[in-house]
Amino acid sequence: MNILTYLIPISLILGCAGLAFFIYTLRSNQYDDPEGDAQRILSGDYDDKPKS
Amino acid sequence: MTAVLRPQASACPACSAAPAAEALAAAAEPTEAHIVLSLPTIHCSACMSTVEQALNASASIRSARVNLTMKRVSIEAEPELTAQDVIPMVEAAGYEAHELDTTAISSTQTDRAGRDLLMRLAVAGFAAMNVMLLSVAVWSGAEGPTRDMFHWISAGIVIPAIAFSAQPFFRNAWTALKARHLNMDVPISLAILLALATSLWETTLSGEHAYFDAAMTLTFFLLTGRYLDHRTRSVARSAAEELAALEVPRAWRVTDAGEEQVNVSELRVGDLLHVRPGGRMPVDGEITEGSSELDRSLLTGETLPVFAQPGTGVSAGEVNLTGPLTVRASAVGRDTSLHRMADLVAIAESGRSRYTSLADKAAKLYAPGVHILSALAFLGWLLYSGDLRIALNIAAAVLIITCPCALGLAVPAVTTAASGRLFKQGLLIKDATALERLAQVDTVVFDKTGTLTAGTPELTNKDDFTRADLEIALALAEGSAHPLSISLTASARAAGIVAANVTDIQEVPGHGTQGTWNGQLVRLGRAAWVGGNGQTMTSAWLRVGSGSAHAFTFTDRLRDGAAEAVRDLQAAGHKVILMSGDTTQAVESMADKLGIDQWLAEALPEDKSARIQDLTAKGAKVLMVGDGLNDTAALSAAHASISPASALDAARVASDIVLLGGTLAPIPDAITTARKATRRIRENFTIATWYNLIAVPLAIAGLCSPLIAALAMSASSITVSLNALRLR
Repeated sequence: MNILTYLIPISLILGCAGLAFFIYTLRSNQYDDPEGDAQRILSGDYDDKPKS
Repeated sequence: MTAVLRPQASACPACSAAPAAEALAAAAEPTEAHIVLSLPTIHCSACMSTVEQALNASASIRSARVNLTMKRVSIEAEPELTAQDVIPMVEAAGYEAHELDTTAISSTQTDRAGRDLLMRLAVAGFAAMNVMLLSVAVWSGAEGPTRDMFHWISAGIVIPAIAFSAQPFFRNAWTALKARHLNMDVPISLAILLALATSLWETTLSGEHAYFDAAMTLTFFLLTGRYLDHRTRSVARSAAEELAALEVPRAWRVTDAGEEQVNVSELRVGDLLHVRPGGRMPVDGEITEGSSELDRSLLTGETLPVFAQPGTGVSAGEVNLTGPLTVRASAVGRDTSLHRMADLVAIAESGRSRYTSLADKAAKLYAPGVHILSALAFLGWLLYSGDLRIALNIAAAVLIITCPCALGLAVPAVTTAASGRLFKQGLLIKDATALERLAQVDTVVFDKTGTLTAGTPELTNKDDFTRADLEIALALAEGSAHPLSISLTASARAAGIVAANVTDIQEVPGHGTQGTWNGQLVRLGRAAWVGGNGQTMTSAWLRVGSGSAHAFTFTDRLRDGAAEAVRDLQAAGHKVILMSGDTTQAVESMADKLGIDQWLAEALPEDKSARIQDLTAKGAKVLMVGDGLNDTAALSAAHASISPASALDAARVASDIVLLGGTLAPIPDAITTARKATRRIRENFTIATWYNLIAVPLAIAGLCSPLIAALAMSASSITVSLNALRLR
């Protein structure tokens, strides 16, 4: 059962990493146009003026 | 830049005045124009790239980016560019475009409340997942110190997570309790807090059951419902605000220094305003200079333009057709006749606010029921076993099971799916209960001018004229921007007519156009000026030399999809009625054309709303479709209401649903979708109730372990969401 002393912190750290990543996506406006972004990735045009 | 130019204190006031003025001008001049257009018809990636390429091809546009979810494009451009320059570019690419007010949008773009909820949802989701993992170990048989350790770790995750993410529920519950009434958030908060407290107590006593995972998943599912609900509402609210901005209100004020463009809100009584042909009156007032014709169709429903000359009173909202006019404002802003209509609307609206939604009805039954049930379970077990710990545990289990987890999702999941589907068809739901009300509709009342008709005239009697007459008429009409002339020109050109050689063409504002043909005076215009005898239909008269005058008659062109919409509605068993402020003859011919047998002509705004209240009193659920100011009272009085995007903002504000595209065809479909949505909501309530009926007896009997609670909760929430998604 000693393995738990590693596994529990690891699972918590991974969880926190996921949460932090989600907060990053939220802060960088990645949920503003989900539909458009889904279509845009398939479009063949070269986007030379990407929105920063 | 402005700091550099800021003038130094100077002994010579005139010297410093010039740079000061320059500095002011520089400060006022923006370095970049930000324009946002609404594009109701875009739907795919090809549309996106077409619009973006069309816009980026122009040298004065720095960047254009389409947002497909919100169906709009935001443009960064050179400062001198305005929306009026950009809209033709988008229209040339084949898409409808409307200007949106950027100040109204910026408030919705930083949607703080939505982000806040999403953040809480993410924290709750993270905590729920981790706690679930720990709970699985406990359920599969962890014992003794291991179980205690897992419980303590769960407590360590759950307590801060709930303290952060369940705040909206606690806050709502607190305000409800302060006002001494119960809402859904009271049992929710109580369940979460009680579950936490009993679990902590159990953990300190090394007990077997802890409900940390249940409290957390409950928060997570309820937040999901709350977030969906918030999103549909905020989309509707922002869209309503932006649509209200569709007519960006600017006016030309005449001052001693010349003309200046100002916001309508800055106008004062007594200001002189210049209204160009094609412009809308920004204020109530009196004409001081110029003569023209006025289109009052949005206010009264009359299709026939009225003659205007100095001394004629005008009201805000009327459209100036032919000549430039100068108007002295007699009432501005809230005092204009346009805004006085709001009183009528307020009276009519009081009836509709009494509607209680299905969710509210369910909550009213549910909230007290949950409390009574768990209190009874607590008392019963306390009396039976005499053990406070068991009784408290049972009460917590009952609260968790009965907590409206699936109920919290039942309505928002369905309304999100349904309004998403309707938005794709070009309908925007503005009001939270509009879908439910639309589903009950059995009578549909249409306005004529601007709703069933597109507001553009169409020539009806071209064949009554000789080719020579048509050639003269075309030559005269070509020079004018009057809607009748434009229609006449289009239909003559379509017939292959070539303009006759008419010289000295000159437009007489308010009257018509005249010229010389073969030495004879030719005139095209209003009956009185040309010498025709009055006609009730919309008409323009032509007279060649001293001959008699002949009338070109026009009818209003039907809006796209109007005939189909009326036919489908009748086929679906709805009663269709036509109500208009236009003349009897015009209304009757329109009713005949569309196969509507019930119609009402020359109706005043009060007549319309009275008629609808009459129908409502007889038990009919009325859907009103209208666009004019004369419809606003009727729109508010009806059970549900729709207005096209071309309507005046007063009408759009009064209605529940806005049609974004130009066609009426989606209306019958919208009613079907609304009916389906209400059916799904009822189904969801049934599903949630069944889960409760099965799990509550178990909980009261004390047989409900945290595992059963978690299963029942997740299973019911997922079934309810899947059922809602069937609507897409």
